Amino acid sequence: MRANTKKAEKPKGNFLTRLKANKELLILSMPGAVWFLFFAYLPLFGILVAFKKFRLSGDGFFYNLFTSETVWFDNFKFLFSSGDAWIIVRNTVLYNAAFIILGVVIPVILALLLNEIRNKGMMKIYQSSMFLPYFLSWVVVSYCVFAFLNPEKGYFNAIIQQFGGQPISWYTETKYWPFIIIFMSQWKGMGYNTVVYLASICGIDKTYYEAAVLDGATKWQQIKYITLPLLKPVITILLIMAVGGIFKADFGLFYQLPKNSGPLYPVTNVLDTYIFRALKTSGEIGMSAAAALFQSTVGFVLIMIANKIVSKVDNENALF
Amino acid sequence: MSEKTMSKRKMEKRIRAIEEEGCKYNQIKKPTNVLFNIFLAILSLICVIPFIFVIIISITDEESLTMNGYRFIPEKLSLYAYEYIVSAGENILRSYGVTILVTIIGTLIGLLLTGTYAYTLSRKNYAYRKFFTTVITIPMLFSGGMIANYLIVTKVMMLKDTIWALVLPLCLNSFNIIVLRTFFKTSIPDAVVESAKIDGASEWRLFFQIVIPMALPGLATIGLFLTLGYWNDWFNAMMYMDNKDLIPLQYLLIQIESSIDWLANNKATMGVDGIAVAANMPKETIKMAIVVISTLPIIFAYPFFQRYFVNGLTVGAVKE
Repeated sequence: MRANTKKAEKPKGNFLTRLKANKELLILSMPGAVWFLFFAYLPLFGILVAFKKFRLSGDGFFYNLFTSETVWFDNFKFLFSSGDAWIIVRNTVLYNAAFIILGVVIPVILALLLNEIRNKGMMKIYQSSMFLPYFLSWVVVSYCVFAFLNPEKGYFNAIIQQFGGQPISWYTETKYWPFIIIFMSQWKGMGYNTVVYLASICGIDKTYYEAAVLDGATKWQQIKYITLPLLKPVITILLIMAVGGIFKADFGLFYQLPKNSGPLYPVTNVLDTYIFRALKTSGEIGMSAAAALFQSTVGFVLIMIANKIVSKVDNENALF
Repeated sequence: MSEKTMSKRKMEKRIRAIEEEGCKYNQIKKPTNVLFNIFLAILSLICVIPFIFVIIISITDEESLTMNGYRFIPEKLSLYAYEYIVSAGENILRSYGVTILVTIIGTLIGLLLTGTYAYTLSRKNYAYRKFFTTVITIPMLFSGGMIANYLIVTKVMMLKDTIWALVLPLCLNSFNIIVLRTFFKTSIPDAVVESAKIDGASEWRLFFQIVIPMALPGLATIGLFLTLGYWNDWFNAMMYMDNKDLIPLQYLLIQIESSIDWLANNKATMGVDGIAVAANMPKETIKMAIVVISTLPIIFAYPFFQRYFVNGLTVGAVKE
């Protein structure tokens, strides 16, 4: 029944009258649509490069694209036989897994602490301080980190030497970097995520807590039985969506922070940095396009699965 | 019997306590509060100190820096780095200009495109709403990737080494459109649109004279998202910019940095030429001063940024 009335409300008439009725709004959405055509849909042709023996120079992109030799999956074979591919995929997935878990645990704890402290004036100051790194670019952050890790003048080596230790060559020793990268990613992102969770906590109905206090619930019990269960939907959605993006790496974090240092590649090379270097340094267009297509495709499958799971858990929050 | 009245009286006492002292009754104990505060204060310091350290280094005397390395309390202060930037740092100031120009042009174009597109999506009676929603959804799921974008921007649109390569790729994205669409939907009542239509206002007048003034807080949020994105962008410059006259500040920082890398890596093999190059390199304090001046505008605008970011975050979270 409802579907019928809905259908009846739809503007009747043929294509032209409908076009005319929506003419002005259509013109308003045109500039944006044109942008999407050029910057989101035209690049989809670029995917074909992954199956081609592509050359950059010559008579225009499309001419090159259609005249260059089709090699089908040779670029992919080359990519996966190099041995680099597995290290890169491993790095990308493992780092992102760590980011996803810590990106929930730390901000939720911080939001709970901020929500509980008695002096609300200080709460604002803490929140502002922790939000600051989010507004700095990775380039600026890399300089801040360099001030501590500079092998000759850095603060850390000065302290180490003061206690009689040997200075560490930070930008060539791989063993410290998994920790540094995970630490800095949380350092930069925790303020933002804390605000998200704090907003959800503030949105919880105060009467729940009042009732709990009347029943003699302790603070810990209130958190365990009211706050966390009510945060669960938000956490679930953000978690699943993050899993959908597990194949995408934050380029600045892995490229700028280690200062693109060669000796650190085994622990800092991820899909995005690999694709960038293959394009800009070694000029292997076909192979880097293959890696990019691999990344997009797996990313797409993961997002679809994640969305499917979200719509099962809580249909309200599904992406589409 | 007496036990029951006791507990009843106890209950009444609790209710009165809650009513009188409000939320104060349900607060954490003083020692816990102190503990939480100490923990949060340490975290806040960790978040701000690296940048403060960079500021201190930038006002340290170059000689005492070479002697003692980076120190929180420098032996001797000097404003030489800033004097140098003002008097001799032509390329630094030009980069500053490029960044400002790109940020202003980009934010304005971005606001126009995001505003018009998001507005049409917020109008319920727009016949092509579904189609244009799909247009922005697909790129969120699947993209051509870095290589494809590079090829289209440089080989098809021929934007390499022009200012548009820094402006256009960043001016629109699906997330901003969704945030603004949600804002339009929640802050502009249908009645306003309908009554304006009945009064015979054209879509243009409705959008530019009625909707935009009503949606200023939402536009401000998107404007700040865009401003921050442009100001901190180095990726597009790294991809598309070889033109020495159009290097934005963030990319200038990368260029200075990587030449330092080169020096460090080639220390052993370097001869007289290398020393000459080293002598012409910007000094440590100057580099840190560039970091400071490139971040200063963000620090000044920080209160606005924080307020509108939190707004945007909470608005964007509401779906449909």
